[in-house]
Amino acid sequence: MAQQQVVELGYGGNERLMMNMGPQHPSAHGVFRMILTLEGEAVVAVEAVIGYLHRCHEKLGETLTYVQYPSIASKTDYVAAMTAELAYVSAVEQVGKVEVPKRAQYLRVLVAELQRIASHCLWLGTWCMDMGGALGGGATVFLYAFREREMILDLFEALTGARLLYGFHQVGGTRYDLPAGWDARCRETIAFVERRIDEYEAMLQGNAFFLVRTQGVGTISRELAQEVGVVGPLIRGSGVNYDVRRAKPYSSYEDFDFAVPVETAGDCYARYRVRMTEFRESIKIVRQVLDGLPEGPISSRPGVKSVGQVRVAKGEGYAPIEGPRGEVGCYLVSDGGPKPYRLKWRGASFTNLSILPHILPGHKVADVVAIMGSVDPVFGEVDR
Amino acid sequence: MTPIAYHALAAFIVLNAVILMVTYVTLLERKFTARMQSRIGPYYVGWPHGWLQPIADALKLMMKEDIVPTRADRWVYNLAPIAFLIPCVLIFATIPFAPGLGVADLNIGVLFFLAVSALEIVGLFMGGWGSNNKYALLSAMRAVNQIISYDLPFVFAALVPVLLTGSMRMSTIVDAQQGLWFVAYPVIGQLAFLAFLVATLAAENRVPFDILEAESELVAGFRVEYSGMKFALIQLGEYAHMLGASFLGALLFLGGWLGPGPAWLGPVWFIVKAMLVFLVVTWVRWSFVRIRVDQILAVSWKLLLPATIVLLLVTGLVVALGGPGGA
Repeated sequence: MAQQQVVELGYGGNERLMMNMGPQHPSAHGVFRMILTLEGEAVVAVEAVIGYLHRCHEKLGETLTYVQYPSIASKTDYVAAMTAELAYVSAVEQVGKVEVPKRAQYLRVLVAELQRIASHCLWLGTWCMDMGGALGGGATVFLYAFREREMILDLFEALTGARLLYGFHQVGGTRYDLPAGWDARCRETIAFVERRIDEYEAMLQGNAFFLVRTQGVGTISRELAQEVGVVGPLIRGSGVNYDVRRAKPYSSYEDFDFAVPVETAGDCYARYRVRMTEFRESIKIVRQVLDGLPEGPISSRPGVKSVGQVRVAKGEGYAPIEGPRGEVGCYLVSDGGPKPYRLKWRGASFTNLSILPHILPGHKVADVVAIMGSVDPVFGEVDR
Repeated sequence: MTPIAYHALAAFIVLNAVILMVTYVTLLERKFTARMQSRIGPYYVGWPHGWLQPIADALKLMMKEDIVPTRADRWVYNLAPIAFLIPCVLIFATIPFAPGLGVADLNIGVLFFLAVSALEIVGLFMGGWGSNNKYALLSAMRAVNQIISYDLPFVFAALVPVLLTGSMRMSTIVDAQQGLWFVAYPVIGQLAFLAFLVATLAAENRVPFDILEAESELVAGFRVEYSGMKFALIQLGEYAHMLGASFLGALLFLGGWLGPGPAWLGPVWFIVKAMLVFLVVTWVRWSFVRIRVDQILAVSWKLLLPATIVLLLVTGLVVALGGPGGA
């Protein structure tokens, strides 16, 4: 159980209250415990306790073969299962120097970007719910965002037969090709989602209450962001232009034209702006993929005959990808067998969550949940 | 019939009518918000459209186990729901539903309403304190902060129609609106109504001012430890208070039972207007995020309170210079 360092403000002379938030708490996005020390409403110290959802993922990865594990990998970050699987197979392919056909690479980009839209929908809904409450204004946005997320999950269901944990990727390519009519349906869906995003922005950014709750709250300075090593929308919201898709293009990302949104304020609102822009950029990428999808095989290793079929040469490697929450990657050591010798996950949520004790002190209790929501942690990925 | 028996009977009828109305107001709210959120809302219990849902909810709450936390302050904990409910229901005593149709049309009706509705804080703090729960305690502290801050603007906004009329008797205030509802009174009326609505939202602890419930941070606030019928009493009190404030708004600003048609339509008009106020409050609830405790206090002390004081002074000036009413 990792215990994070307690950051404490100076003692103000007032009576203090220790309060547990979690492990079961309505605002927790999973099982996460914060031991808050309060002076009235103000938070003076935070102790974050994680580990309630630990499922020995890395050990499990060592006992399952390269054919079996991708569908388990999706259970690390279950909100963005497509990118979690992609991280694992990318690492295997890098170590084993496996070629991936162009069409499979494009399909991977397609599902990864759709997954980013779906994941951001969940973030938007739950974050607004954190600020407005299940019975409050937030639930309205929550239900709207879930309507759009459902549409994307329907697309995934048509593609893979599953709605949450897909098993879409396999070493050397993808397992499924697009079914007939999927292309048109996907275009329709993203056009719909695009219109809805305008609606959300109008609804939230024109709302003075939303602005006072997000602007200037939970500010992460550029230095702090780099020091702690947060990734994804958090670091881009703090003015650092870092996106794995741009920095180290994988899976043919260099073929597509997209912008990496960067905001300099570093507060909750900046992170919100980054993610809202990412919605649009993802939609742009999806359109480009659908337009330029090449013909050809979808895997360099078609057909699975046995679970031990894939063997990877001796070696080790790390292949980062940009998930919805930031850089996700697997460090993989192979001894030449059908299973990895050692597997290490690097989850974006884990590093992003470690920013909390640095930024929470000094805020009010209500801000704790707002900041927590803007970090967008998925505890499957934090605890693994 | 002796006056006492008459008042007792009227009180009994009003009390039951209020409880029934509160039950069904929850259904109205659920249906309304479901529409806002592209849902259907309660549907299966009772035909059509879940008409029996509130009854089912009440029955369910009655049958739930009553749990008292071991380390709670038993007396305070058990008394709190009643201490909370009584003022919330008592406010209906001075509300006339039509001329002469009410429990007591006091000559200090508005004052009585405002004074009694402020009493709910006692029950609320008892609940927060007696539960011996940190979430509940924080919530109760917030409640005291908030209600003290917002009762003043609430009173000042409600005093504008009183000044315009020159009486605190509810029926006189309505009669004074024969020609022109106070909400239509140039500038002063609209501003006062707006201030009244905002202060009502805060006094009723509704979003965006529902920091004492604040389920995303304080779970359920002061009632986190309550279950079963005690929880139901608190809910009942809360909705009764909200309903009472809606009625007050309809009386003070929307002309009460005045409206076209025969006199017996008066109560209908009155309830329709009160429901309109209630729906506005609901509409706000489902489209805003909750603001923080320090921001709430800032809104009250820096904006709403000075604004309502100025408004009251201006109204006084208008009345003194020969506007309507005036004693």
